[in-house]
Amino acid sequence: METKVLRSQLLELIRRTSCELPDDLIRALDKSRRKEKKGTTARYALDVMRENVDLARDKSQPLCQDTGTIICYVDLPKWITEKQFQSAYESAVKTATNKGFLRQNSVDSITGENSGTNLGPGSPAIHFHQASGKSLGVRMMLKGGGSENVSCQYSLPNNKLGAGRDIEGVRKCILDAVQNAQGKGCGPGILGVCIGSDRGSGFVAAKEQFFRQLDDTNDDKLLSKLEKKLLKQANTLGIGPMGFGGETTLMGIKICARNRVPASFFVSISYMCWAYRRNGFLLTESGKINRWLYEGK
Amino acid sequence: MILEAPFTEEKLRKLKLGDVVEITGLIYTGRDAVHKYLHDGNKPPVDLKDSIIYHCGPVVVKEKGEWVVKAAGPTTSIREEPYQGPLMEQYGIRGVIGKGGMGSKTLAACKKVGACYFHAIGGAAQVLAEKVVKVSDVHLLNEFGSPEAVWEFQVVKFPVVVTMDSHGKSLHAKVENASAKALAQLV
Ligand code: SF4
Repeated sequence: METKVLRSQLLELIRRTSCELPDDLIRALDKSRRKEKKGTTARYALDVMRENVDLARDKSQPLCQDTGTIICYVDLPKWITEKQFQSAYESAVKTATNKGFLRQNSVDSITGENSGTNLGPGSPAIHFHQASGKSLGVRMMLKGGGSENVSCQYSLPNNKLGAGRDIEGVRKCILDAVQNAQGKGCGPGILGVCIGSDRGSGFVAAKEQFFRQLDDTNDDKLLSKLEKKLLKQANTLGIGPMGFGGETTLMGIKICARNRVPASFFVSISYMCWAYRRNGFLLTESGKINRWLYEGK
Repeated sequence: MILEAPFTEEKLRKLKLGDVVEITGLIYTGRDAVHKYLHDGNKPPVDLKDSIIYHCGPVVVKEKGEWVVKAAGPTTSIREEPYQGPLMEQYGIRGVIGKGGMGSKTLAACKKVGACYFHAIGGAAQVLAEKVVKVSDVHLLNEFGSPEAVWEFQVVKFPVVVTMDSHGKSLHAKVENASAKALAQLV
């Protein structure tokens, strides 16, 4: 594939991710709106969000001005190298920033200087995997700062919560995290959770949960049950959209489990705001988009 | 409910927790840099008496010689907690728009001067940008850069919710207490 073609397809992926809320999230927002009574502030907040979704798509402008940390997962087939992909992707990120699909959001942590291009050490973040098929698979998400700030990690046992090293302990941590976040992560939120692993990989796995369809079912029966139960319980807390109070505190919880060392038991919880920007596509070697991954049902 | 300029104490005292309000008139953006600048004793670039400050780092571009707002959602307010209360009292600021709510110092200042904290919908950058019908001026642009500058926004029916009122009440505290009680039932 010509580099030019790859660059322009990646630019389109970034544009869509920033300006268009995926269909599964729109369905969830609409479902939440039906749950909140007309005339309440909760319903009002959800209505404004819904209006914002249509406006951003029609104007092809970012849903939220915080276009967040740029995270991308790549399934790399044999016909392209990591280097080739990275160079095309970085150039697409730069162009997207110039065009205003991405805000100038990458700051040197020591000097505070903004690179102005979203490029810099660790930015944008790319995770490579080998593809099993012939297509190039690219999935990306934009993770906003406000929601990232309320994400958190617990180490079990936790005496304060009375949380032991078992599923019941995990449940207590997750509900505590929702209580601490209140509306500050721009809820109704969606949680990605990893039980186990180490501190670093735990958060990576927790964030990877956001690539699941919101209305899917967990393959693991026990985790699937836990997801459903926790979603119900979290929504009895009454925190509501933006923390205004209401029925919808969360729109989803996605949980995975990873092995841990006997000495550690971490629960890593990533909070995603309602402006849940993620998208992805499969690209053929000739540069054609095979399929958008989150379109339709 | 509609709140139209001038933003007098009388009008603000009437607003109560949970009111959905549409603001029409001139408001000023201001975030971290400006709050610190004023708190350090520098003179405000505009008259802040009966004003509304919006915690927002907007995306503004010049099109055909005019400033046009491309995105204008709220930013997290709590960062201004050390400065907001004293500035409200010193200059008679009548309202603050932001997200996430503020603390007890600001709540006390709201009560004292007769002001409100208005919560805008986080993430609704496009809906809110549409409500800015005109950018009439900008101050401290060279000093602080575009997101931190003081922009004069003429807004029409800018949608917000009163989450801290001038009677000492905070929706944030109320919701947090209620959810803590509900949580105690679950764990
Ligand atoms: S948390 Fe999400 S919706 Fe809220 S301001 Fe940040 S990116 Fe936007």
